[in-house]
Amino acid sequence: MEFALITFLNGLGYGLLLFMLSSGLTLIYSMMGVPNFAHASFYMLGAYAAYALAGVLGFWPALLLAPLLVGGVGALVEHYGLRIVHRYGHVPELLFTFGLSYLVVELVQLVWGRSPVPYRVPPALEGTLFTLYSTAFPVYRGFMLLVAVLMLLALWLLLRHTRIGLVIQAALSHPHMAEALGHNVPRVFMLVFGGGCALAALAGVIGGNAFVTEPGMAAAVGSIIFVVVVVGGLGSLAGAFITSLLIGLMQTFAVALDVSLASLGVQVPPASPWAPLLCLTLAQVAPVLPYLLLVLTLIVRPKGLMGKREG
Amino acid sequence: MTGQLALELQGLHKAFARSEIIRGVDLQLQAGERCALIGPNGAGKSSLFNLVSGRHRSDAGRVLLHGQDITRLAPQQISRLGLARSFQITSLFPRLSAFENVRCALLWSLGYRYAFWRRLGGLHDSRDRALAVLARVGLSARAQVAAGELSYAEQRALELAVTIAADASVILLDEPTAGMSRAESAAMVALIREVTVGKTLLMVEHDMQVVFDLADRIAVMDNGRVIACDSAASIRANVQVQALYLNRSRHE
Amino acid sequence: MKRILLPWLAFALVLLAAPLVFPQSAALSLLSQMGTMVLLCLSYNMLLGEGGMLSFGHAVYSGLGAFGAIHLMNRMAEGALAFPVTLVPLAGGLTGALCGVVLGYLTTRRAGTTFSMITLGLVELVSACVLMFPDLFGGEGGISGNRVIGEPVLGISYGPQIQVYYLIAGWLLVCAVAICALRQTPLGRILNAVRDNPERAAFIGYDPQRVRYLALILSAFFAGVAGGLSAINFEIVSAEYVGALRSGTILLFTFIGGTAYFYGPIVGGVVGVLFSSWLSAYTQAWQFYLGAFFILIVMTTPGGLASLIDRGLRLLRSGGLDPRMTVWLAAWLLAALLALTGIVLATEMAYQASLADIGAAPLLLWGQAIDVRAPLPWLAALLLVATGVAGLRALQRQGEGR
Repeated sequence: MEFALITFLNGLGYGLLLFMLSSGLTLIYSMMGVPNFAHASFYMLGAYAAYALAGVLGFWPALLLAPLLVGGVGALVEHYGLRIVHRYGHVPELLFTFGLSYLVVELVQLVWGRSPVPYRVPPALEGTLFTLYSTAFPVYRGFMLLVAVLMLLALWLLLRHTRIGLVIQAALSHPHMAEALGHNVPRVFMLVFGGGCALAALAGVIGGNAFVTEPGMAAAVGSIIFVVVVVGGLGSLAGAFITSLLIGLMQTFAVALDVSLASLGVQVPPASPWAPLLCLTLAQVAPVLPYLLLVLTLIVRPKGLMGKREG
Repeated sequence: MTGQLALELQGLHKAFARSEIIRGVDLQLQAGERCALIGPNGAGKSSLFNLVSGRHRSDAGRVLLHGQDITRLAPQQISRLGLARSFQITSLFPRLSAFENVRCALLWSLGYRYAFWRRLGGLHDSRDRALAVLARVGLSARAQVAAGELSYAEQRALELAVTIAADASVILLDEPTAGMSRAESAAMVALIREVTVGKTLLMVEHDMQVVFDLADRIAVMDNGRVIACDSAASIRANVQVQALYLNRSRHE
Repeated sequence: MKRILLPWLAFALVLLAAPLVFPQSAALSLLSQMGTMVLLCLSYNMLLGEGGMLSFGHAVYSGLGAFGAIHLMNRMAEGALAFPVTLVPLAGGLTGALCGVVLGYLTTRRAGTTFSMITLGLVELVSACVLMFPDLFGGEGGISGNRVIGEPVLGISYGPQIQVYYLIAGWLLVCAVAICALRQTPLGRILNAVRDNPERAAFIGYDPQRVRYLALILSAFFAGVAGGLSAINFEIVSAEYVGALRSGTILLFTFIGGTAYFYGPIVGGVVGVLFSSWLSAYTQAWQFYLGAFFILIVMTTPGGLASLIDRGLRLLRSGGLDPRMTVWLAAWLLAALLALTGIVLATEMAYQASLADIGAAPLLLWGQAIDVRAPLPWLAALLLVATGVAGLRALQRQGEGR
């Protein structure tokens, strides 16, 4: 019972982090029609920016400034890079973001080096929030949950209940019509892209000190968030939310459960060719699960869980 | 009129989301006849084409091609059975030349299928047929030009060429003279008449001149149903049809 | 006939003569790598350029082909099987094709971006699986083998690198001819049609899914051959052979070369290996240069280097350049060189500075020792870049004005 509860909370935390990351990506994906491979790079930039700013200004200003800064960078990238490439077609757009992700890793390594940087949880948020049975639940974990939920709420309110949100929704699905009605659609695109990058950066600010801040962090989450976006459905925030939690819980439980078919009592003749397969523990298989889910979803239901159209 | 029915539509129904577009269409085409499908915008003419050619699945009803049920078949299967269609919005292979466009349309019917062990250069029958079809539509001089670089009228001619290349017995043309001037329409009409000799033709058209020039029979659609299907003269005199057209704008 | 034969003869001549022009062992190793990469890119362009299929997981087929080849070589070395090393790449190809039959069936069920996403998921899946079965795939260390098996035949043991190079060159030539020939077959042409307009292709009697599936199997075969050649060349195959990084590299190089021309992947493979294997010996910033170069290509010449070559050739054929254009071109090259020098200077200094804490020596660039802490070199770099870029923009505007 204790195990299930703790694992559940951990999975929830991981899932919400994934959601913070993939919410921006699904918005950008539905806008551009192509996946933004550089999205995880902005996550990384957010963590590094927060590290740099926190050293000078402290954690709380960094929490506010880092996402804005990185969002600004994202908007510039959209304006001076993506827009030019857009007219060449989908493939060059996709490749541009691909090359960008490559480049950002190099730049980060250039400025901050190849080893992890000591981006720490602020002292105010250290310590235990509560103790469940015998396991301590950190304050910071609770803080992460709080930020993620607030972000979700704010996003939902913005898109559904404000005028700018309405314009964004229109421009996302029918850009030409929105433009014909007098809205500055290129500016909307820049806003959405920058906003999406800011969200990724926020996830980086929050997650970078809880997990590790190093040049490889983008690659570690990069593919998983694509799974979330595609399985959840193009442009669907609700779908991304559900899928993030699903994958977060699935991964956390799988890694924690060190069982294999052999350990459950299935007889395994040692010389059998199936032996390696049956002796695999769930923890070992865990990395594969999200991709299995992706491939299955794309074959069976390419729209994703809640998407409205195929990619 | 005797002879087997080339194309028969029985009770076709199709709804998109919650709006019913095709509400029970019955139509019979004799082999070798030319039939024009007319009707106001939104009547469901293009949707009907999509149902017949396999682009969309009908909710109910049957489509019979020379007596064979093709209702649930995929577009490529229907095409192989001898039904070809053109598109209202030109649908070609833009990076291939006009010649290659037509040749591609021939390859299956000549039996080459997915062959990757045969050189195209050695397939003289495909080359000769393609050149002949291009000559018929008047594009011989532009055979090596990429389809994406042809003029609009040339693309419409190529669209027709690709449709008739495989010598299908039933041909569906979706607004073949869309966007053309009087002179261009007249030329296209002459071309269509020439290339559909001995074939069964079902054509969607808005241009009444074209309709009366080409069609043996006219089917009138309104609101997802065929309300009349008769010879040109009878349709002209049909009270229902007159009411339909007098109540809507002349310029569709 | 002569027009077709001449380029191929020239190609064969270049392959034959290359090690004679660059006989150093490092050069031989580089040429061997180029050979396998070019074949890999050619096989990839069958999907991307000919079929419009953007796959992020092409390395799956070459990697699994490589594993197949190295296992075969190990069986041969144990004496369990008699098989000529020269034909081992064929086994790699068949392994790749088999994987294409199985995995390709899953991936080609969908088209467009969905297809791309499936390939991404699949490559991660296969990568992760490869690490899960150490008996089959050697875990982190991979599987090693020996390319010298049994007695030399006609003096060929594949011990010396030069022999391996000619093996690669031979297979490359044969496969390149085959891939080129496939473009002129019914399947090849219909694949182009499916690329341009899959819906219309269905209405002329072809199942787009089946066409793509067949194309993938053929492409996987050639990828497997390249994998087999890699296995022979390096005598080791590890998990990174099937990874997303490797797949991305293939995509990068093919695109840089140009997807709309048959010889594009050849150019791309050569340039790519130059960046990754040759440049890496001179500077640690080579990945940055590669990434920047790639983005530059994507933004300015999405047709790739081949499109530039093609434009140049057409210009030459149509009567060459008039004096004004020559002057403009020379000025443009000068400006570009200035900007490039400045960027290289700045980048090298930045990389040097980032390592300064480890007590690295001062930067040695073009024979000069540069102190990265002094402001002067930085200002010089900035000036070079600014001048170069300003010059380029001015020339650009002038070029558009004409």
